[in-house]
Parts: sequence; structure tokens; C-alpha cells
Amino acid sequence: MLYRETGQFKSTYSADMGIFPLRQDRNALFVLLAFAFIGVPLLAHFHVWPFGSEYLLRAILLPFLILSMAAIGVNILIGYCGQISLGSGAFMAIGAYMAYKFGTGMPEIGLPPLPVLVSILLGGVCSALVGILFGIPSLRIKGLYLAVATLAAQFFFDWVFLRVAWFTNYAPSGSVSAPELNVFGWVVNEPLERYLLCLTFVTVFALIAKNLVRGNIGRQWMAIRDMDIAAELMGIRPFFAKLSAFAVSSFIVGVAGALWAFVYLGAWEPLAFSIDRSLQLLFMVIIGGLGSILGSFLGAGFILIVPIMLNLVPSELGVPLSTETISHLEFIIFGSLICFLLIKEPHGFARLVTLMKEKLRLWPFPY
Amino acid sequence: MSVKTEMPVAPAETVPSLAMVMAEAERRPEADARQRLTTEVLLSVEGVSLSFGGVKAISDASFDIRKGEIRAIIGPNGAGKTSMLNVINGFYFPQQGVITFKGEKRREMRPYFAATSGISRTFQNVALFKGMTTLDNMMAGRTLKMNKGLFWQALRVGPAVAEEIRHREVVERLIDFLEIQHIRKVPVGKLPYGLQKRVELGRALAMEPELLLLDEPMAGMNLEEKEDMSRFVLTINQSLGTTIALIEHDMGVVMDLSDRVVVLEYGRKIADGTPDEVKSDPKVIDAYLGVSH
Repeated sequence: MLYRETGQFKSTYSADMGIFPLRQDRNALFVLLAFAFIGVPLLAHFHVWPFGSEYLLRAILLPFLILSMAAIGVNILIGYCGQISLGSGAFMAIGAYMAYKFGTGMPEIGLPPLPVLVSILLGGVCSALVGILFGIPSLRIKGLYLAVATLAAQFFFDWVFLRVAWFTNYAPSGSVSAPELNVFGWVVNEPLERYLLCLTFVTVFALIAKNLVRGNIGRQWMAIRDMDIAAELMGIRPFFAKLSAFAVSSFIVGVAGALWAFVYLGAWEPLAFSIDRSLQLLFMVIIGGLGSILGSFLGAGFILIVPIMLNLVPSELGVPLSTETISHLEFIIFGSLICFLLIKEPHGFARLVTLMKEKLRLWPFPY
Repeated sequence: MSVKTEMPVAPAETVPSLAMVMAEAERRPEADARQRLTTEVLLSVEGVSLSFGGVKAISDASFDIRKGEIRAIIGPNGAGKTSMLNVINGFYFPQQGVITFKGEKRREMRPYFAATSGISRTFQNVALFKGMTTLDNMMAGRTLKMNKGLFWQALRVGPAVAEEIRHREVVERLIDFLEIQHIRKVPVGKLPYGLQKRVELGRALAMEPELLLLDEPMAGMNLEEKEDMSRFVLTINQSLGTTIALIEHDMGVVMDLSDRVVVLEYGRKIADGTPDEVKSDPKVIDAYLGVSH
């Protein structure tokens, strides 16, 4: 079947407003989801290469899914609402530590340990509240100055989780481990189970994010990003639009942080959510595509895959590189790629995909 | 691509009036022009002065805009025309003077409240949301009329979708009226200037304003584009009954379109009246042609 919209007529507005108006795109998504939800577990069960190895699930797919989700959250704030944030790592940390506190109970206020799913979502809610608090400066300051204000959030919370022992339940080492992952009686333990849990989260949150950005609130965010003065004259309240972007973004980032801690790391210390994490998320969003949900996935995939490829490919080719060389190469590649993309294609990989689709529409008959 | 309307989503009382009026306008473009003129004052500006530091942008200007008329504000460059529009829709606060809109006096207000009370505008340098499509730009103009919460929007079920479709219908009518169907899904940053101006008019109209402020709607256009834009302005005024205040440098357009003209020079009002009165006013002629000293 050729990739073409010919013959696909929309007779209702709801059909015209679909996420993927083209049938081919819809089918591709269904195939992808079916493969992710059914295909991967089956292949893993029968140990088909490469899905048989735990390494792929645990070290590639799991972080890919969780970081994609965090990148979606960051993209809502930076890509859709145009508010630069360098505090994403802090919001992940808030999600993780608050989920940990809810999951292990707070005897001081008589709160028993809550179910793990509820704790994860409540961690996101706490992150959203803090996000709103740190979003308030955005009503006065823009651009780089706002980036510095959110950077303050990053350093403040790095300090808080390192020094305030209450958050770590007074663990002497400062390191905490997640409670048992019991989702409605289903104990998530095996890498495959962890993968499925994260996949469900990511699918649901990606859908929610897509719905928001193509609805009224998404238009308000983009209006603020593109021309805030005109937006206010059109009856869009900057106060509501900016703070709702901070809230939604930090909520998603917070839930991703809780998943990162509970499902991927298992046991962690504040270093897991340092400024490096914030920058990593920022790079994902810039490389993947500002203002694109698909871009968040592409960016996350790219940032995770490149170091692994640098590890594997040279040794396969018989030129093993030292660990330092690899990490230096990583910096070189990311740095130059970000410069290149910012100059040549500010909308990142997502834009390249769109261009490819445009080309594909005409293929193989260019006239 | 033709998009038909969703069948039973909108019960009669919830259909915004604009949709029906636009349908009416398409059938009967030549409504009786004279009936719309009233003496009821929609907005009055009394003794408004505005200065930035030492620069006096507007000094003691007073005029009114009557309901249903097309009011032109003209004057040489730097006369304070755009500042006046900025004062009217709350972007600047005048140091002196009172503005009365729909019987309510005010001196200070935020642009948001101007928008809620029914004032919308276009800009001299197009101020569209460049990364968004034509459709999204115009839908953004309907933000004030959409009230379904974040929760419904996130799930995109039931009420949120019904609301979205209802407003899409109104916007589609405007798109038909402005003849911009073909650029419905094009990001406006890629559009040529003339079309951007048209989309901006559409975005302002989507708010269903009572008072529409147009800041040089025909600047930089060729003759055909000016004729199209004039046609839109007249139809909006006659069929929707929208009161229009317009700044324009093309005297032919101003004299043909407007019911009354106010002339500013160096922030002061120097003339006010029908186009014919203003045209023959010696002060206006001096302001435009210069005086020998």
C-alpha cells in the first residue's frame, strides 16, 4: 500500500481532527503498539534474538521508555509553551522521593504506606505543585533568565534530598530502595514485567499529552510561545497558560522520575537526578524536536542509543575503544549535533520525519 | 477538501450566533448599509493623555465611536494612532483621561479584560502565532468561549470534543468567508504577507468582538488585496453589525469605507467628522501637505 491520502475523504470534523488523519499512519501506529505490547513479550518468551536477552529490556528499552516520558513532559514546557527549564532533573527527583515517602508511609502524620501505583501518581502531583511554585517567576521573566531561575530549583532540590534526612527515611547512607512493586496484586519483578508496566504508563501519558497539545489548552500554550502579547489581547491569560504548562509538564516529569527510581533503578541516591539529567532531557527535546510528541521519543532513543552503539560497533569491527574515548566521543557527537540541528533544523528529528513523509507522499511518481 | 458539519452535536441554543449570521451574510451580502448607523455611543475617549517619559504620545484627545459605524483614525506618522489603539485595548494605561466602553468608565485595565468585554484587534506588524496553523490561530481566538477543563481535554471525550467541533464549525464559516480554505492547515509563518493579514483578521473575528480595532489592515498590499480586504471590512460591518475602528494611510480606502474620521497630529486631535468634512478641513490639509512658514 502506497503512502498516500488520495481517496481518504473526511466527512466529519471529528475525523478531520484525529491524531493521525491518514489511514497509513494509523495502521503503522497500531502495528507498533501491537508489537510493543504483544510482540516483544512473545519474542522474549521464546528467546528470539535480540529480545531474549535481559540486557535489551533492562538496559535499553526500560530507560528509553521512561526517559521518553520525561522528555514529553519537558517538551510540553519548552517546546509547546516556550518556557526554558533546566530543572527537569529536580522535578524527577521530587516525583521519586515523594513517591518513596508515600510508598513507605509517613508515620509523623499518621499516613500508612500507600499502594505503589497511587504513590507514583501522588509523587507526580507533588512535583506539579512544586512546578507551579517555580513557574511563578515565568510571569515576570523570560528566556535565559527563566532558565537560571529553574536552575536554582535544580540545585535547591539536589541539596534538599541530600541534606534533609526525612526524605530518605533517615537512611544513614542517603541511599534509598523502592518498596515492592505491587500493582493490584501483580508483583512487578522480571524485566519483562517492568517493561510492560512502563510501556503502559508511557502509552497513556503520550496519549494524554497529545490530547492536551491539540486541544484548547495546547493552543493557549503555543500562542504564549509564539507571541505572548497578542495572546493576551486574544483573551488568553498568561498566568493560567504558563502555570498550567508548568503543572502538566512537572506532573509528567515527576511520574517519570518515580518510575525511573522505582522501576528502573530500584535503589538510588540524589545523584541520579542531578543537573546532568536535566541537561540530558533538554538535549533529547532539542535533538528530537521542540513542539513534537514524536520528537520526544526520537530524541530519547537517539541519546540512549548513541553511547551503546559507540560501545558495540567499534569492538564488533575489531577496533575496541577505551571507555574514556567513548565518553569523549559522546560529548563530541552530541555537542556538534546540537549545534548543527539548532542552525539547520531547529525542529529536530521530528521535522525530518515530516519531510520524509512529504517526500513519501509523492513516491514513486514525483509528478 | 470539503468538510461537512457534524450532524447532531449542537443543539440550536448552543450554536454561536456568529455561525448563523455568517451564513446569512453569504446569502445576502448587500445588506442595507444605512440602517446600521445609530447615535448610540459604544466607546468614548475623554481627555486621554499618554506620555512615555518626556515624550507625549497623546495629549488630551477626545472622541467617540458609535455603535455600528466604521470609524477611521488617521494622521501623519508618529501622530499617536497606534498608541490610541493600545490605550483602548488596555495595553497602555493613560496618565489622564477616561475611557468609557459600553457605559463602563475605566482608566486602567489588563488586555485580558478588554478581550473579555468584547474588544479585539489586528496589528500593524502581523502578530500571528507563527508556529501554528491557520486553523489553530483562529481557534485560539475562540479561547474565551471555550470552558471545558483540563481533565476533559486530556481525555478528549464527550464534552471537550463536542465543544471543539462546535467552535470548529464557526471557524470554518469564517475561513469560507475570508476565502482561505486552501491554507487551513499551513503554519502561518510560511504564508505570504497578504494572507497573513487575512488570517489575522480571521483570528480577531473569531472572538466575535463588539468593537474591532484594525491597525493598518491594508499596509503593504497591492490593489487587488486592498479591494478584497475592503470587501471583508464592509461585510463584517454591515452583516455582523461589528463596530470597526481602523487606522489606515491609504486615503482612498479611508474616505470610501469610513462613516466618520478622526485626525490626529502630534498626539492632538485636529479634526473630527465625516470624510467630506475632514477632507476640506484646512488644518488637515496643512498637516498632510505642510504649511509654508
